[in-house]
Order: sequence, then C-alpha cells, then structure tokens
Amino acid sequence: MSSTLPASHAPIQGQAKVDKRSMSNSPPPNSGRQGPLPDRVFGWIAKGAALLTLSLLIAILASLVYGAWPAITKYGLGFLTSSTWDPVKDEYGGLVMIYGTIATSFIALLIAIPVSFGIALFLTELAPAWLKRPLGTAIELLAAVPSIVYGMWGLLVFGPILATYVQKPLQGAFGDVPVLGALFSGPPVGIGILSAGIILAIMIIPFIAAVMRDVFDVTPPLLKESAYALGSTTWEVVSKIVLPYTKAGVVGGIMLGLGRALGETMAVTFVIGNFNQLDSLSLFQAANSITSALANEFPEAGEGLHQAALIYLGLVLFFITFVVLALSKVMLSQLNKQEGTKT
Amino acid sequence: MKLSYKSSLISAVAAAAVVFPAASMAQGATGAGASFPAPLYSKWASEYNKATGVRINYQSVGSGAGLRQIEAKTVDFGASDAPLTDAVLAQKGLIQFPTVIGGVVPVVNIKGIAPGQLKLNGQLLGDIYLGKITRWTDPAIKALNPTLALPDEVIAPVRRADGSGTTFIFTNYLSKVNPEWKTKVGEGTAVNWPLGAGGKGNEGVAAFVRRLPNSIGYVEYSYVKQNKMTFAQVRNAAGTFVSPDDTAFKAAAVGADWTKSFFQILTEQPGKDAWPITGATFILMQKVQDKPAQATVALKFLEWAYKNGDKMAEELDYVPMPANVKAVIEKSWAEIKDASGKPIAFK
Repeated sequence: MSSTLPASHAPIQGQAKVDKRSMSNSPPPNSGRQGPLPDRVFGWIAKGAALLTLSLLIAILASLVYGAWPAITKYGLGFLTSSTWDPVKDEYGGLVMIYGTIATSFIALLIAIPVSFGIALFLTELAPAWLKRPLGTAIELLAAVPSIVYGMWGLLVFGPILATYVQKPLQGAFGDVPVLGALFSGPPVGIGILSAGIILAIMIIPFIAAVMRDVFDVTPPLLKESAYALGSTTWEVVSKIVLPYTKAGVVGGIMLGLGRALGETMAVTFVIGNFNQLDSLSLFQAANSITSALANEFPEAGEGLHQAALIYLGLVLFFITFVVLALSKVMLSQLNKQEGTKT
Repeated sequence: MKLSYKSSLISAVAAAAVVFPAASMAQGATGAGASFPAPLYSKWASEYNKATGVRINYQSVGSGAGLRQIEAKTVDFGASDAPLTDAVLAQKGLIQFPTVIGGVVPVVNIKGIAPGQLKLNGQLLGDIYLGKITRWTDPAIKALNPTLALPDEVIAPVRRADGSGTTFIFTNYLSKVNPEWKTKVGEGTAVNWPLGAGGKGNEGVAAFVRRLPNSIGYVEYSYVKQNKMTFAQVRNAAGTFVSPDDTAFKAAAVGADWTKSFFQILTEQPGKDAWPITGATFILMQKVQDKPAQATVALKFLEWAYKNGDKMAEELDYVPMPANVKAVIEKSWAEIKDASGKPIAFK
C-alpha cells in the first residue's frame, strides 16, 4: 500500500524524467558498485532490507496458504460463495464476511472521499491563513484516536442517535418504496452495515484529507495564478488545474484510506453486530466482516476446519487488498496514458 | 584492589552459575486459556507470589488457544471452560479438573420490569433465540408471567459474537431443554446463531442489553451483580423458579458425581434450588511431564489455591468447589507423572 503513498508523486516524476535525460548525456564516472567498502556495505544493507520485506510478504502468504489448506481442499472456491458459517456442524463459507468487508468499505469511501476533498480544498484554497494550521492539526489529531475509542463511541453514542434520527425516519419515508425499502428494512437499532460504514468513514477521513491537503499544497502557485488570471473561478482552478496535477497523490490517499477501512477490526466489531447470516441486503441489518470474524472467533476456534476456515478468510482479505492495490496502479497508469492525448 | 575485585566478581559469577539453573527451573510456571476465570487466576497468582515468592503467569487467551498450548506443551497448565470427554483426554494424554463454578444468567431490558420479576424456562429461551417467539406479549411468555405488564414490542435477542465458554454453557443448556435448538443449532463455544446482535465479550453483551430496549441477553453472573442488571428467573429441572446466586450455583454442583469423572456439565441439574445454567471451569495438564520441576510448581500453586483461594473466589463472584470434590481432585493428581513413571510431588 505504501508505494502509492508519496504525496508529491506526480511532480517528482516529472523531475525524475529530466534528471534521467541529463544523466544519459554524461553518466557519472563512478558507478556505485566499484565504490569504497562502506558504500558497498551500505548497498548490501539497503538491498537486504528490501529483500527482507519481500521475503516476509512471501512467508506470510505461504503460512496463510499452509494454515488454510484443509479448508481450501475441502471447499475450494465455493468458500467464497457459500454463506453458511456453522462451527457446530463444521461447515464454513465466507460470503457473509466478504460481503460485509466490501460493503462497509464501500460506504466508508462513498462518504469519506467527498468530505475529505472538501476539507482539503477548504484548507488549501479557501481558509483564512490563521485557521489553516489549527484546523489542519485538529484533523491530523483525529487520525491518532485509537480505533477502540471509535468503536465504543459508535456503539454507545453514535448508534442510538443514528437509530432514532436517521434510521427510523428513513424507514418511515421509504419503507414502502420497492428498492429503497429493502435497503432500509431490518431492525433500526443503530448496529449494522450502515453504522460500521459511517464509523469507518469518520476513521479514514483524516488520512485521506491529510494526503489530499499535502498534494494540493504542492501545486505550483504559478499554474493556479495563471488560471485565475485567465478568469477561472475557484472551482475551475481546482477541477482543471489542481486535481489533474495531483491525481496520483489523490488516488494514493484514497487507497490509503481504503486499506485502513478493509483492515479495521476493533471499531467494526463493536458496531457491525457480528451476525453470520445473509438474509437481506438491508443496510440496517447486522452483518460481519472478515477482520471482525477473525478477532472474535480465532481465540476459541478449535484445531481443524474452523481454524483453517478463519485463516482462509485472512487469505481472502490479503487477496482483496492485493487486488485493490493492483487496480489503483492500473488506474494511475491509465490516467497517465491519457495525459498526452488530452491537453 | 582491582585484582581482588575482579576475582571476587568471577567467583560470584561462578557461584551464580552453579546456583541459578536449579533456582530458575523452580522459579515459576505458566498457564494459558479461558478468559472467564482469568481475573481469579491472576488474583490467586499475585497472592501466591506474595506468600511464597513464586511467580505464576496466566495468559488469558481463550479456551481454544489454551487447549492448543497445553497440547503443544508450551505452557505448564491450560484452562478451558468446555470440559473434554474422558475419551478425548485419554487420546491426548491430558488430565482435567475443575477449579471454580460460575453461572450464566439471562438478562433483559424491559421498561418497568425489576430484577427477578420476569420468569422464563428453557423452552422459552430456546424459542426466543430461534426466532419462534418474537414478541414479549407472546402467549407462552404470558402463561409464565400472568400478572406482569409486558410491552407489546419485538424481542431483540443479544448474544456473544466471540467464541466463549459462556456461550458453551448457555447453548449446552438450550440443547438439553429445547429439542429444536439441539437439531437446528446445537452447542459449542461458537454456534451458527439464527438471529440476534452479537456483542464482544460479556461487557459487549451487557452494553448491548442496557442500550437496546426490549432486548434479552446472557452474561456471566458477576456482570449481573456488578452492573445491577435485570436478570430473569429460570425454571430448573425440579420445576421451581430460581434466582441466580451463589447458593443456587452451589446447589447445581452438589448434584454432580465428580468421583467417577470430571467431565461434568452442570446445566439442568436436579435439586430444587439448583440454578439450571451453571458450569465449571477446568484446568488441563499433561499426564506425562517432560519438566517435572515445572509441574511441581504448578501443582503446588493449585494446591495452595484450593486451600486458601475460596475467599478470593467468592469476592470475585465465583463459587469454589465443595471440599469433598477438592479431595477427589488432589487424589487425581497422582496420575500426573514424570518420564520415569513416578508421580509428581506437590506437597
């Protein structure tokens, strides 16, 4: 995930291109390999650190596959589409948890992206100078709140408010509308997919907003001032100058938030309801997520299929994260390709 | 001066090298397992440390993990809320014995209902958690509580989300008294709940029940007592409605015959004062000890705890084992032997 992070990805890339060109004209006389001993030692250590990460990744993957093997051989890919989770009869399927993880993360992004964008925009373009720093620090502080605090707050404070002032009115208003009615059915108790998604959104907003603010800040003032001079409105400057210039960083920030949302455990456990049935697609229905199921069931899971199924779930989460990362890379390269054609 | 200092240091190190191996081997024991008795084991360990200077380290990792660790011999004793059958014990080469008893109590949050007013039985509890009884005004509930003003509201069942010994005792009880529960859901530390919101830990269930109006949940007795929650009376095997307290849990333990096997599940025990949803928590040890010194430390600690720990247990709302059962337990320790087949000494 971290490889997509560098906030100032785009500007650095441009610079790197320039550097490369000047380098190819006159290669440096001393390539690192023939350098003195300390240089070589440093090179080995750096290479070792990089290889260590890679081997750790492979080791984690290998041990996940090894641990999940009994479940993989028994269920195969059917594990992903079965919604039965019955430790007593020793039958396991991961659909409920996979659905819960993806649904809550999707809701979280749906809320967090526009809000973070607004925060970053306000902080870089609109806020008066005296407000920028305290507000920016306050948002960064939100990122430091432990997740269990968000979970407790979500269960004890936010849940009842959501139930009384959002869920009940929504059910009253849309209860009879065909599709919306199904989305809003279920007990309005403030526990379920929707509350988990909203809590996750609150948790990832500081991350996305902080990254967006940093990348918006590095847009060269020259470009912005030129656009203003041509008569652009603030919105035009942001949408046509700042956003295209910083898209790599913005996507990186969103991916960081998504990674956190997919992997969040404690806060989700408190508000998602930990319910292993999938009888309706209602947003108010209690559900379960992969991380929450792992945290709840692993300590008491007996050896054998139950444990293997839980590890299989972990492997699925690993795979989802990998796919998300790969998709973001593909998306970025597509964006870069279009760059030349547009102007 | 310098030389003498150095030589004295060397001799001190040499002396330490001779003394320490033996000392460190006898220095402490480690246990791991169930979280339900963890507060008590920690209390016992700290008092034992004060009394004898020996350190006992108990890790509250869950019954399943405790069982895995004692099988792998990474700890000196394991702890589990769900007892193993004698056949499984023999196959794994383990011995098990109970330490304390606790009760699982249904709690409700209904406006206007005081603790102990609502009366339930096992059939009803099972039907509520199966989703067959959905309203507090259901005729079956009314029949047991003819004078109680119950609201015409939907019942919101709450249960444990994490695997736990509490769930084992509760579902074991439901399986005994509700045939449909037995075939549809069954018993275990984690089951496939047909409905209900899941809270993490006893505190999670307690928080849910206090928050959700018209809810019902089940928690360890100590949470009922500490949080003054609205408990329900439950009808026991003898047909009387009992309230959960120490005497009711003790009454349930008296009915069990511990002399033949420690595999005793104390739910739905005979006796007119017995609380029907009672269970013991267990210690597991290897029958053949690779490290007899460690086993001696662990057994000495447990022997001390059975002798001196009852008051601490009662303060923490656990029920100690009856004296006659303790005697049977200590006798059973003769089965714990070292590699040569000699019983481990603990006195």
